[in-house]
Order: sequence, then C-alpha cells, then structure tokens
Amino acid sequence: MSQSILISTRKGLFVAEPQGSSYRVTRGSFIGDNVSFTMVDPRGGWYAALDHGHFGVKVHRSDDRGATWTEIATPAYPPQPEGQVEKNFWGKERKWSTALIWSMAPALDRDGSLWCGTIPGGLFRSDDRGQTWRINEALWFHPDRPKWNGGGKDDAGIHTILVDPRDPKTVAVAVSTGGVWRTKDGGATWTQCANGMRAEYVPPELTHAGNNQDVHCLAQCTSTPTTFWVQHHNGIFRSTDDMATWTELSDSAKPAWFGFPVIVDPADPDTAWFVPAIKDEKRIPVDGKVVVSRTRDGGKTFEVLSKGLPDQFAYDLVYRHGFALSTDGALAFGSTTGNVFASRDRGDSWSVVSNYLPPVHAITFAA
Amino acid sequence: MATVVFTPNLKRHVECPTEEVAGATVRAVLDSVFAHNPKLRGYVLDDQGALRRHMIVFVDGAQIDDRENLSDPVRPTSEVYVMQALSGGG
Repeated sequence: MSQSILISTRKGLFVAEPQGSSYRVTRGSFIGDNVSFTMVDPRGGWYAALDHGHFGVKVHRSDDRGATWTEIATPAYPPQPEGQVEKNFWGKERKWSTALIWSMAPALDRDGSLWCGTIPGGLFRSDDRGQTWRINEALWFHPDRPKWNGGGKDDAGIHTILVDPRDPKTVAVAVSTGGVWRTKDGGATWTQCANGMRAEYVPPELTHAGNNQDVHCLAQCTSTPTTFWVQHHNGIFRSTDDMATWTELSDSAKPAWFGFPVIVDPADPDTAWFVPAIKDEKRIPVDGKVVVSRTRDGGKTFEVLSKGLPDQFAYDLVYRHGFALSTDGALAFGSTTGNVFASRDRGDSWSVVSNYLPPVHAITFAA
Repeated sequence: MATVVFTPNLKRHVECPTEEVAGATVRAVLDSVFAHNPKLRGYVLDDQGALRRHMIVFVDGAQIDDRENLSDPVRPTSEVYVMQALSGGG
C-alpha cells in the first residue's frame, strides 16, 4: 500500500503520503485557489482543474508528480449561433462557456488523449495531453442535450467519464441532470442508458425520462463490465445487463439511500461502497455520525462501517469525487468539513489523514 | 495610444503589465494586448468573447455598457482599467 492521496480542495491541492498505518499531508500546490478536480493519467501526468471564479476555470498539468505545474489549454465552447439564446430550466440564459471542469479521464484509444466533462454539459477531447481541446459535437448538438438541467448548479454538467475496459471506444458519461449517455464508436453517436431510473423531483409524466435523471455518480466493475452502479438523487440503482435496465436498491440501503459517491470493487461486481446522508434538503450524516456503507451481495443488504469515524455531532458531506479506491485496495474519502479518512481493510476501519483541510472536492490516488 | 491597466489580482496567475496600445474600441484595444499575450484572454473574456461575468472594464473612469461586444469607444488618450467585481464568498 504505497499510493499517495491527492486531495483537491476549496483552497488548494494537497498530497498525503503513506506513513505508518495511515497517511500524512506532506505538501500542497495552488494554495488559496479552488481546485475542483485532479486526474492522474496512468500513462503519465497529473492534471488539476482550477476554478478562479472571476477569472474563469483553468487546467494545469504536472509531469513531475506535482513538484511543478504548467497551465495548459482550457476546453472552450464553439461560437454560439448569432441571435440564438438558449435558456435553462430556471429561465436564465445558458451561455456556451466553460463554467466548471467536473471530470477528466484518459481516453485510452490513443496515446496522450483525454476526455474532459464540463458545466454547462459539454464533453471535450484532447489528443495532445491538453494542449488543445475540441468539443464532442455529437453529444453537444444532440437534440436531447438542451433538455438537461442543472442539479444544484445553474446548468447541467458531465461529472463521470468511464472508458469501458472491453473497448476504449466505448465510453459512458453521467450527467447531472441528464441521465447516462454512452457511445460505442469513440464519440460519433450517443445513446441514453437510464432505463429504470426514477426521479421524484419532476411531474409524474417525467419520472422515468432519461434526461431528468439526476445521476450523482456512476461506477463500472472492471472485471464484470456489464455491471454498473449509480448513486442517484433519489436512491441507489444497479444494472447487471450492461445498462439495458436499472434496478433500484434503495429500500435495503442503510442508514440512508441518499449520497453522492459510489465505488464498485473492480474484482467483485456485488461489492460497492457509499457515504450515506439524510436526503437532499439536509445533506448531513444520519444522527451526526459519519459512516460508510458497504454491500457485498449486490445490494440485497448493506453494512454500516463506522470504526474510526466521528460518531457524534459530525456534519461532513462527501461529494461525488470525494471518495476513491486505489489500484492496490486502499480507500479514502474527504468531506466538506475538511476531514480526510483512509482505510486499508476495505472499509472495516478508518484512520484520520487530516482534520484541518479546506472543504474537499475530490480524492484521487496516485501510484 | 490608449493605456490598458489590469487588476493586480491577475498578476498572480498570468503576466499582465500595463501597456500602451492602439484601438478605437474596447474590443480593439484588448485584442491588441491579447495578440502578443494570448494566455491572458481567457482570464478576462469568456468562451464567446464577452467580458467574464464578474469582470468590469472602465474607460476614463466610466464603466463600459457593452459587455458582450465590447464596442464602447476608446480615445488615443484613454485609460482603460480591467478590474474585478468585489463579489464572491469563501
């Protein structure tokens, strides 16, 4: 167990290194800046997405494990057609301009290629390690795309990008709020894959509409790639038929079915982890106790894992990118309270990595 | 030549010295700067070329009207200040 933890926070990117039975924060980059997401490319390179507020979002790359960083290109939207005003769910103008980098992933069909998911809903591709980007036109100009809406943000965004282990030209993306979309031809055509999900926050006739599904996080089992898990705004869903259908498992979830992240065991499609919270109007741990829930039987039953975690007056919320599993089996999560916890026994027990960080947006392991 | 001054808060992220440039509109003046400092453009303008939502441009002490097309006139003796709004939270 020797992988470092990259902690993307509201005020910088921090690195925690293994030390004894836990980890210790040893250094930071971009101190004072809002780091929305960090991606580690197994082929080389760390990529950090910054949100400078007034000055927009930027992307930086490091080729020396965070010792030095270079600003690379920010994905930019194509010119908006003259006179065309696109309005969002709230009646406000939806500007074709990158408002947040919400996800990045290596595009494994070509050296140096990357995918990048953004708010207001554009998926971008780079074939030169982020020196240039182009929007995926098939998805951005899909007639359903303007029907996507912001879930907690003004506009919709792509927050999960999964390159399929069976074929790198097969890519699934999850949208809040817009369901799950998949291409099997490298991005030339896209299909909605949210059949069976359920939304309570829209009128009955839209309950099952794919574009209205607020998927908080999507995960795919590497060894059984026909199994996917979703943490949704309205519960937990699983598909065992390659996303042809989804089955809701919320009734057996403990201590709550609401949350943001989901992790599936790459070796076992029936094992998944969640960080539950009281549903959307509160978004705090049940009874002030921070817990992780784990199922090992495909969602029939859930265990509540709390050893080493705060057990009273704790109000940590863990965002969708705030929970990660390393390729050598360590788990770590970071919260809005700035707490980071890690486990080396699959969640049975947890150790403190830090209690003093800024609010955590994302946790990423680096080998 | 108009004088263009950028908020000091930008200097932490990108080089932006005060410059003397030619141009009859805000757009023309800023384009003259961005021509040799392309990285600066994305910090001031959005993807559609409009002024970023929380940025403000003053020409000779007056806030510009046209944030989308930046068509406000600039005189050869003008001073153009590119500033940020005092908005935002923690």
